Amino acid sequence: MDQSDSVVQLLDSNGSFTNDSLFTSTLKESELIDFYRDMVLVRAIDEQATALQRQGELGLWAPLLGQEAAQIGSARAMKKQDFAFSTYREHGVAWCRGVDPVDMLSFWRGTKHQGWDANQYRSYGYQIIIGAHALHATGYAMGAYLSRNTETGDAGIDQAVMAYFGDGAMSEGDVNEAFVFAASYQAPVVFFCQNNQWAISEPTKRQSRVPLAYRAAGFGIPGIRVDGNDVIACYEVTRQALDRARSGQGPTLIEAITYRMGAHTTSDDPTKYQVFSEVELWRDRDPIERLKVYLRAKGVLNNELESEISNEAATLSERMRDECRKLPDPNPLSMFDHVYSESDLNIDEQKREVETILSRSQDN
Amino acid sequence: MPQLSIVHALNQGLHRAMDADSKVLLMGEDIGKLGGVFRVTEGLQKSFGDERVIDSPLAESGIVGTAIGLALYGFRPVVEIQFDGFVFPAFDQIVVQLARMRFRSAGALSLPITIRMPYGGGIGSVEHHSESPEGYFAATPGLRVVTCSNSHDAYWMIQQSIASDDPVIFLEPKRRYWQKSEVNTDSHLNNISALHEARVLTEGSDCTIIGYGPTIATCLQSARLAAEDGVSLEVIDLRSLSPIDMPVLIKSANKTGRVVIVHEASRSGGVGAEIATRLTQECFYKLEAPVMRVTGYDVPYPPSRIEDDYLPDAERILDAVEKCMGY
Repeated sequence: MDQSDSVVQLLDSNGSFTNDSLFTSTLKESELIDFYRDMVLVRAIDEQATALQRQGELGLWAPLLGQEAAQIGSARAMKKQDFAFSTYREHGVAWCRGVDPVDMLSFWRGTKHQGWDANQYRSYGYQIIIGAHALHATGYAMGAYLSRNTETGDAGIDQAVMAYFGDGAMSEGDVNEAFVFAASYQAPVVFFCQNNQWAISEPTKRQSRVPLAYRAAGFGIPGIRVDGNDVIACYEVTRQALDRARSGQGPTLIEAITYRMGAHTTSDDPTKYQVFSEVELWRDRDPIERLKVYLRAKGVLNNELESEISNEAATLSERMRDECRKLPDPNPLSMFDHVYSESDLNIDEQKREVETILSRSQDN
Repeated sequence: MPQLSIVHALNQGLHRAMDADSKVLLMGEDIGKLGGVFRVTEGLQKSFGDERVIDSPLAESGIVGTAIGLALYGFRPVVEIQFDGFVFPAFDQIVVQLARMRFRSAGALSLPITIRMPYGGGIGSVEHHSESPEGYFAATPGLRVVTCSNSHDAYWMIQQSIASDDPVIFLEPKRRYWQKSEVNTDSHLNNISALHEARVLTEGSDCTIIGYGPTIATCLQSARLAAEDGVSLEVIDLRSLSPIDMPVLIKSANKTGRVVIVHEASRSGGVGAEIATRLTQECFYKLEAPVMRVTGYDVPYPPSRIEDDYLPDAERILDAVEKCMGY
């Protein structure tokens, strides 16, 4: 994978296959239908969560609207034994790892800091600090290498790690240090940067004067640009990078070029900085629509299947609504748990203070 | 019992911890081939190979951040920050990530990472080589912060820190690195005093002196000088700055009624302030005098030619004792 000006694209915005000199689709039609279903469901999750925030059920939500292909394509390229380190916007990645959407909501509702067991799903909880987890991913990948769980040639054993972050994170020291460590130790990690053009209100050109993937060369890492709204290209490029990592060929930086069609978070007002014409341009490049056009043209997606998938999305949304409202508030005393591995006199004493206050309010 | 310097005791403690658990690995700048700038890790790469004693790129946040990933994978990383003044690029990873992983995952994830760091002044060095940053870490929930003052503790506390399932900031008193004392290596981790326990070094009746790390030698010297004047000081080696072993301190303060806390770090908002507040709350009716502090001043660490005027010495400690006795 050499540095190149070109952007890998296998399915264009009209839903037609295009040729790429290095990549070709290995996906069966049934798999493409699965991807389509994933993207529709993840968009429904996103819409529902945004609505729940508007209704006051969530404190905040970071919409992924527009980034479905980048997340589904890349995360579906992962194997069970791989591990994902994500930011607060990777609901699609969490979905692919098997996380229930209601468990995603618990973080945003404020009932938990981590809504799911990272080891069970082999997917780390939402990371809020920009880029911090790129180092965790790299360290985890170093661990896989040191434990000889890479380069065995056994497809069921060899592990790789995905580190997800955005264009803004490319300026963070931690991400750059992660590149240094990953290159130095040839760690089996794939850096998947979703360049959604905006870091809240700052355009990508505020972060970099060159395409982000070019940065990789300076670290001795292959960098590759992919159409982030093309789920097939995202899958193929990530799959090859993961295979490289698993077979001991080191890290890769993938820049998936996409667009944040929604706000940074539900607290943001993108009309203050995004230009309408630009948003409209990217609306025409919608990641779901193009796959739909392709699958319909092939005759594998018909009205019946489409309504089945949209019913599934509606059912899921309804369940999210119901179960979100029923997510229990944690016991206030639980804030004193798990600060340390053992009990602590000082914390126990402060816990008793709260117990006293709680019992007083119960008495009243 | 062998007489060992703190450096050698740490080296042997690390060796024993690595022998005991194959998941223990060391990472840091210059720790492999060179053996560390203070030679604490000397010979360990030769003994355990370069996959267990890893020379890292020069990036402190990277060292701690990748150690977090390694710990998530199941390793027990022991990382070295070369000097106290160099830890701040890693501050975010330590305070924001490392300290709260257990809490944010409700106990599902633990990060048994030890961060070793030489600290304190008195070696005539240049800027950023003489800092005492312990207060920042002691104020951070989720971290354990410990420090040794002698070789025996160096040998055992480093092993206890590595064995702990919590992240531990392990502070090494660099100006005492080459001070030799007896080490009883003939024991077992389960049979020695717990990591968080404070230790009464000399019993006394007139005033309690609480110190830690590099100031302990100064506290003991003060006790000897005071004894010549007929004043009996009880010196306590705090050993753990988080958590603080309050029962030991409270017992002593109730006995002597007077307390002087000694540390090199700046005074305001320091570990001494926390101890003074808690002792005032717990021992109010037994105290004969306000709890006093002898510390570094509330200024950045000064140029080394005047560092002796900054660092707590026996004279300042005895002045504080005299003030206490005067109430």
